[in-house]
Amino acid sequence: MNHLRIRRKAVNFLALSLSLAAMAFGLFWLAWILWMVIDLGVGALSMSLFTEMTPPPGSAGGLKNAIAGSLIMVGLAMAMATPVAILAGIYLAEYGQRTLLGKVTRFINDILLSAPSIVIGLFVYAVYVANVGKFSGMSGAIALALLVIPVVVRTTEDMLALVPNTLREAAYALGAPKWKVIMLVTLRSAKTGVVTGILLALARISGETAPLLFTALSNQFWSVDLSEPMANLPVTIFKFAMSPFQDWQQLAWAGVFLITLGVLLLNIVARVMFRKVEQR
Amino acid sequence: MMPVDQSIQNLTPEISIRDLNFYYGKTLALKNINLDIFKGKVTAFIGPSGCGKSTLLRTINRMYDLYPGQRAEGELLIEGSNILDKGVDTIALRAKVGMVFQKPTPFPMSIYENIAFGVRMHERLSRSRMDDRVEWALTKAALWDEVKDKLNQAGTGLSGGQQQRLCIARGVAVKPSVLLLDEPTSALDPISTMRIEELIHELKSEFTIAIVTHNMQQAARVSDFTAYMYLGELVEFGKTDDVFIKPKDKRTEDYITGRMG
Repeated sequence: MNHLRIRRKAVNFLALSLSLAAMAFGLFWLAWILWMVIDLGVGALSMSLFTEMTPPPGSAGGLKNAIAGSLIMVGLAMAMATPVAILAGIYLAEYGQRTLLGKVTRFINDILLSAPSIVIGLFVYAVYVANVGKFSGMSGAIALALLVIPVVVRTTEDMLALVPNTLREAAYALGAPKWKVIMLVTLRSAKTGVVTGILLALARISGETAPLLFTALSNQFWSVDLSEPMANLPVTIFKFAMSPFQDWQQLAWAGVFLITLGVLLLNIVARVMFRKVEQR
Repeated sequence: MMPVDQSIQNLTPEISIRDLNFYYGKTLALKNINLDIFKGKVTAFIGPSGCGKSTLLRTINRMYDLYPGQRAEGELLIEGSNILDKGVDTIALRAKVGMVFQKPTPFPMSIYENIAFGVRMHERLSRSRMDDRVEWALTKAALWDEVKDKLNQAGTGLSGGQQQRLCIARGVAVKPSVLLLDEPTSALDPISTMRIEELIHELKSEFTIAIVTHNMQQAARVSDFTAYMYLGELVEFGKTDDVFIKPKDKRTEDYITGRMG
């Protein structure tokens, strides 16, 4: 009996130690990245980041045009992609589970989900930018939207599939038509998961560089015209961080810090919001 | 046909089932069922798992429509019309035939909205009349006193027994003539079960009730009529006292005395 007990304790200790070690290994890199972003980013922070344009090398400046451009393109991409993606997710989960159209759509969506973002960028370049003849904010927003759609389709479908059938049956049993069952009961109980999917997609495109390189390009000046090349944080960071100029590198770190902080805040806000909703 | 008791003949059938066959794909799950469910009475369906009692219940409100491959043949008459016909408006049918399920299924909304949800599907009521309806339904389900001060709180925050009574109130609120209860107490503790059983006694003055249960004592306690089903067949149907005290069929006797099932 006793040796069984010792063995059980030893195995338990080993398993626990390995899990803790694995966790520490993962967290170590995350903490290091965060620390570096904060360390180098905070030093580069100043009000002029938000009030001045990206400067030529050697002079002072900020990231105003890049921040505005990123906000515009990300916002536009989300506005275009989310309704389409949620509706597609609803179709896959509620209407077309077993249909051929449903299966094909799901398969293609999965491929799109794992497509490298540079492929999406090149695609938009070929069908839009090359035809119009110039880089533009609109094409950047379209490329980002194409990245959002598969993520949100997938999470929406998965979250709806998690809603137990008994809940749907209960709503049907009261004489509710299908669309009301979906809108008022199914989608509502999957709401938290669907919104999480949207935030995940938002976080993903906030830092995407590759699809913007071929579409929005970048812009050293202030421009909110969607038909013109548009400044944005990721490409600016890419350009500035690769440069040999000290002040550009500083601005790149500030940009990295802003994106990281933005995504972090977004997550925290979403969590707090949901906790409130659930408590009510 | 099995012999019909004299006293049954004076009752009005709310639902008449004639030569009902039910298929899951190619599998025959209900075999030639003939049965009347009487107005204002509680009819219990008992039998071992897989005997088709839940399937029969789900046929009465056409719940099987949701799943491709499931179909019913024969006649299921409510107010003289066969509700198995193709053109039947299932939404109107479900307003007339309510259902409560095994597991409590409160919707992700407030207690008030849970009740109002079904009512809104069939009626347009003013705010004050809706308030009255919600209170009426919750009172019928013996839940009003417990929730009247928290109607705006989530229905999911109630205890299991309260949730199930909320589901009953939700079904009652639509004012159906028939209530189908599919093992309504199998997920509840004994005290909650007792309350639901008391509730069934109260409700049968206004609703025709069909209940599926695994619990034979429950069937004996709450029902006026009992149907014993086995392997998709209706083995015996009659007054609950007769079925339990002097079953005519050997299979029924074996089941209720615990030798089988």
